[in-house]
Amino acid sequence: MITEAQRLALAPYCDGCGRPAAVVAHAHCGGATDTPRYCARCGRKLAVQILPTGYTARCVRCP
Amino acid sequence: MILDIAREQVLERGVGLDEAQTLEVLRLGDDHVDAALELAHEVRMRWCGPEVEVEGIVSIKTGGCPEDCHFCSQSGRFETPVRAVRLDIPSLVEAARQTAATGATEFCIVAAVRGPDERLMAQVREGVAAITAAVEINVACSLGILTREQGVELAELGVHRYNHNLETARSHFGHVVTTHTWEERWETLQLVRELGMEVCCGGIIGMGETLAQRAELAAQFAALDPDEVPLNFLDPRPGTPFADLEPVPAQDALRTIAAFRLALPRTILRFAGGRELTLGDLGARQGMVGGINAVIVGNYLTTLGRDPQEDLDLLASLSMPVKELSKTL
Repeated sequence: MITEAQRLALAPYCDGCGRPAAVVAHAHCGGATDTPRYCARCGRKLAVQILPTGYTARCVRCP
Repeated sequence: MILDIAREQVLERGVGLDEAQTLEVLRLGDDHVDAALELAHEVRMRWCGPEVEVEGIVSIKTGGCPEDCHFCSQSGRFETPVRAVRLDIPSLVEAARQTAATGATEFCIVAAVRGPDERLMAQVREGVAAITAAVEINVACSLGILTREQGVELAELGVHRYNHNLETARSHFGHVVTTHTWEERWETLQLVRELGMEVCCGGIIGMGETLAQRAELAAQFAALDPDEVPLNFLDPRPGTPFADLEPVPAQDALRTIAAFRLALPRTILRFAGGRELTLGDLGARQGMVGGINAVIVGNYLTTLGRDPQEDLDLLASLSMPVKELSKTL
């Protein structure tokens, strides 16, 4: 079980809106039909390719 | 009562409701929605049959679009979360394979563009050939406004159907798109028909149009007489000018489905984007027994859809067979 501090260290950004995960509310970021759109590690927009039965989401900077 | 008129005119004679009659259906009270759906289902069964056409779609070029369609998160003019990407050919073929595995007979290649440039045409050329060689499925395209030369090439490639949505009523179009005109879309649709491809032309409900404008759109579809009408419900996307519009209430969506079926008795009327948000599981079932006879299975271009198996299970539970490939050729 990781702590909230550890989680924020690993994923400091919201993958729904790209803003810092710790400083704003994210309850409305990303609905049931949304994929992640921002890199949780660096906050950049992800390259998302949606396929009929799945999707890929890749950050152009983070490994 | 409009439903009595529709029973005689549409169900018995196969003549779709005109604009004024469609508006009457759209104005029916909630207590009449079930009756409208029942009649729409009878019309669909009588003039289209019980089969359901299943389709998958994929974006071959996502985002970075120069147009300003106010509903679309792929416009490069708005600050949306969508990053521009292109799909490689092996992944495109795999997407077609996944789609065929669901029992789908249609696979639509979509690009976020005003119209195709040579780079996109080359990608489509290669992609259609690769899919045709590897997967048994009809290939459709949705690449925006076409020149005659591009249309001729797509037809020669074997593209079975071409999608180009009118999106909304002509009288409302300027509130939705300013970078091209409704008439430009209409011209491409006429070209598609002239070149022998099937015409797929849909719209999005819930973009601030009035009920009269919904009826107008239905009448404009009827005048076009497309092979297929995909019916979308607005899923307001962050960053777009329509981000703050409210989703269409479920009863309005169901009333719209019934009205469009009564205006278009013989058309393939497809459940497309936004139904998960607007209708949920119960509404999806009501729509399938309310005039709909085709579905997009799986995911959409920038959002996720239902698990394809859920839709296939729903069709099985309704004793609605999936249309076979041999019957679409």
